[in-house]
Amino acid sequence: MTSPLLSVRDLRVEFATRKGPLVALDGVSFDIAPGEVLGVVGESGAGKSLTGLAIIGLLDPPGRIVGGEILLDGERIDHLPPAKMRNIRGRRVGIIFQDPMTSLNPLLRIGDQIAETIMAHKSLPRKEARTQAIAWLGEVGIPSPEKRIDAYPHEFSGGMRQRVVIALALCAEPALVIADEPTTALDVSVQAQIISLLKNLTRRHGAAVMLITHDMGVIAETADRVAVMYAGRIAETGEVREVVRDPLHPYTQGLMAAIPTLEVSARRLAQIPGAMPRLSAIPPGCAFAPRCPKAFARCGERPPLIAIGDRAAACWLYERTPIGADARA
Amino acid sequence: MSGAGPIVVVSGLSRVFDISAPLLSRLLAREPRRTLTAVDGADFAIQRGETFGLVGESGSGKSTLARMVVGLLKPTAGHVVIERVDLARSGDKAAQRAIRRRMQMIFQDPFGSLNPRWRVGDIIAEPIRAFGADEAGARLGRRATRARVGELLELVGLHPADARKFPHEFSGGQRQRIAIARAIAVHPDFIVCDEPTSALDVSIQAQILNLMRDLQDRLGLTYLIITHNLAVVRFMANRVGVMYLGRLIEIGETEALFARPRHPYTRMLLDAVPDLAMTGLPRTPVGGEPPNPIDPPPGCPFHPRCPQAIAICRTERPAFRDNVACHLA
Amino acid sequence: MSEIAAGPEGAPRSGRDFIARLRDNDLLASLLASKITVAAGAVTILFFLAALLAPWIAPTDPFNPAANYLSDSLDPPSFIAGGDPRFLLGTDDQGRDMLSAILYGLRVSLAIGFCGVALGAAIGVGLGLISGYAGGWIDSIIMRIADVQLTFPAILIALLLDGVAHAALKPENRDASAFAVLVVSIGLSFWVQYARTVRASTMVEKNRDYVLAARLIGLSHGRILFTHILPNVMGPVMVIATISLALAIITEATLSFLGVGLPPTEPSIGTLIRIGQNYLFSGEWWIVAFPSLTLAALVLAVNLLGDWLRDALNPRLK
Repeated sequence: MTSPLLSVRDLRVEFATRKGPLVALDGVSFDIAPGEVLGVVGESGAGKSLTGLAIIGLLDPPGRIVGGEILLDGERIDHLPPAKMRNIRGRRVGIIFQDPMTSLNPLLRIGDQIAETIMAHKSLPRKEARTQAIAWLGEVGIPSPEKRIDAYPHEFSGGMRQRVVIALALCAEPALVIADEPTTALDVSVQAQIISLLKNLTRRHGAAVMLITHDMGVIAETADRVAVMYAGRIAETGEVREVVRDPLHPYTQGLMAAIPTLEVSARRLAQIPGAMPRLSAIPPGCAFAPRCPKAFARCGERPPLIAIGDRAAACWLYERTPIGADARA
Repeated sequence: MSGAGPIVVVSGLSRVFDISAPLLSRLLAREPRRTLTAVDGADFAIQRGETFGLVGESGSGKSTLARMVVGLLKPTAGHVVIERVDLARSGDKAAQRAIRRRMQMIFQDPFGSLNPRWRVGDIIAEPIRAFGADEAGARLGRRATRARVGELLELVGLHPADARKFPHEFSGGQRQRIAIARAIAVHPDFIVCDEPTSALDVSIQAQILNLMRDLQDRLGLTYLIITHNLAVVRFMANRVGVMYLGRLIEIGETEALFARPRHPYTRMLLDAVPDLAMTGLPRTPVGGEPPNPIDPPPGCPFHPRCPQAIAICRTERPAFRDNVACHLA
Repeated sequence: MSEIAAGPEGAPRSGRDFIARLRDNDLLASLLASKITVAAGAVTILFFLAALLAPWIAPTDPFNPAANYLSDSLDPPSFIAGGDPRFLLGTDDQGRDMLSAILYGLRVSLAIGFCGVALGAAIGVGLGLISGYAGGWIDSIIMRIADVQLTFPAILIALLLDGVAHAALKPENRDASAFAVLVVSIGLSFWVQYARTVRASTMVEKNRDYVLAARLIGLSHGRILFTHILPNVMGPVMVIATISLALAIITEATLSFLGVGLPPTEPSIGTLIRIGQNYLFSGEWWIVAFPSLTLAALVLAVNLLGDWLRDALNPRLK
């Protein structure tokens, strides 16, 4: 069992507000093995983007990490000084954000942006870096890269720009890429291409991916394992195939049932009543209990992430009774 | 007023935008006038009580078409006839007013479609105050209006006392419910829904779509739903029209269209949706991106990306015949 | 199936509820957070109250020539040797009590300041709304007028208007028109900044979906402009208004100082400073010092409040 590339243990992020600290992430734990694609899925407000930002040290104050550890290759990176963090960003952890419009500097040519990153992290001379940049543009599927290397971001379409962003994220050959909603702003047909590209490229270069998205379909296509988040906590983790076909946590079950599919024309979509609680109003105990069709007395106490084989769910339904059988009916 | 015949008939509808540079710059640079054809000759009809889905990616012109149908935009050619009244051409103010109250629109952005400075009760009451309570335009007193607003709020799953609150006090899903309450306030027959759930989380989307279908059954509504999400259209629509670069390229009954798509673009679109069922079938995403609507390719607009394009596709634009616009159909 | 279990948040249910709401209010909290802003707010309120209550708290009525004795003129402040205990801040060349003159002068200055700002805001917001909403050639014309307006400083306009008023009106009406001349000059020189800001905000708001929803039900453009768009563009207007109040008061002081404006029988702060300037080097420093200090304090306080308001209303700083 290889040691994980990224290990997040009991991460706790708080926001200082006038009315006291607001807990945004409450004991988030997961691992990413080298070369693996972990999908982090959840609805808005679940804290998935925040987790990504916390890992790469881009939390805006008044948010800050107040507990837990983040280990990259066994070393702690959660409270590194900014200079060291900058080093890690780009060289060991690449980042892809949702909006290609704002991830690229509109005033710099794309070739320069990629070459700068290569030069900064791999200490290569400019000419070498430029050659590599052209090669990267080709790899991400930009036609005629030698001609387009001197173009500005606004001369590209949305899908092309996102390809450039992927090149930018991978050019320093990081071991981990954090992609936050990389396809949400794109058209359906372009989404499919970008997902495919991301999957193939990261596999080719041996990079692990933390894919953050609200789209379960993208996760099903791309990820090896998935972590489902709810109200700042992890609800369930496991292999994608298993979680999609047979979700354990009632929230995941509700989520999967609520997604309309292309196959069957349903009379009614299964819906989860209510909405995810606001961070300031998370109930004590299990955060999902008020909406859960299977809630019972135990749910007044917050469930830990209970392991079931190589899957895990934060739900008392899976608590092992003293006799040894699990409570799942 | 029930009757035979469709409630909405769109014929030859086109909209051309003039995007030329200002006169002086044009004269100096000797540039020609430039136009953007957003919608190019759309023909379809919507039957009473049905849900017609319009799908397409960005640049397909679906939003422009929706706005023309509802009278927010004047067509440059063609007609929109609602209940036998042509809104754009008819000079009869009374008839126009009568039609305006019969149709409403629900917008995509739940945060932009409600005036942030108005109380929710006033937002919902506005159409009632503008049109009067019934066909004759009877004015409702304050108490009666308040009662009606309370009724509407309950109909969409909110509390009558919410009328005193401001939009920012609600979540996205709740705001969309408020928008729906506003839309049904004056008993419309026909509602255009422009991406009604695209900005919402999956579980909230399920609630809103279910609500919309329930209201359709209870109030006998006809919907035109615009979306890029094929699964949503599958759930909601009886018939679907697919748009590409301003042209309707295929129309069909939902089941038939999804099972046996006739146009290569429809096929490509269905293939591009991420495979949640994880059937494991390999899919090659079609290359290329939606072309620039300012400079569409000659002949069939899809031919550069079409895997089955033949010679004639490059030169001659296929006519819309038998509900599909393809030389190979 | 009810979405919300809790009760309504709408109107406060009791006095205690109201105070709790007040404490919760973000705007108030940011005001109280900065001591300087609180001080500025206090000073401003103090001056406003002083001006408002001048007829009741001023020891004498400086505008009544009969009450002044020339024998009392040029008395130093009471806390200095040679001062008369009746006159806390001394008297001016006509025997008017400085304290009373300042209080009444404050009144006049503030009145002109407010009216000028109100006029400027009314013109500016109105034109800005129309310009931003209509676009096209209407927008171009209004913006060109705005550009031309900017080339005329307030002083020039005031001189022009004053000259016209002098020529056109009978002598007994000239004094009454002085107030109007000042207000109009200030209004005309200030409207452009309102117009530009409101125009920019309007151009953003008019494409929002709630405006489309209003157009959908067939509301007239005017109704949409004033009931829907106006409330949403007022934020920056409040900030500009606060800051330009300070500017308006200074402008009025300048104009009065230059002699264009109020007659010496109804002195504003600016007039007092002008009068006092003549006596500065002969030793009667109090005639210029106290009005100047008052003006400076007032303008500083209003400016600080305006700064706070701008930062407090700026969503990006949150």
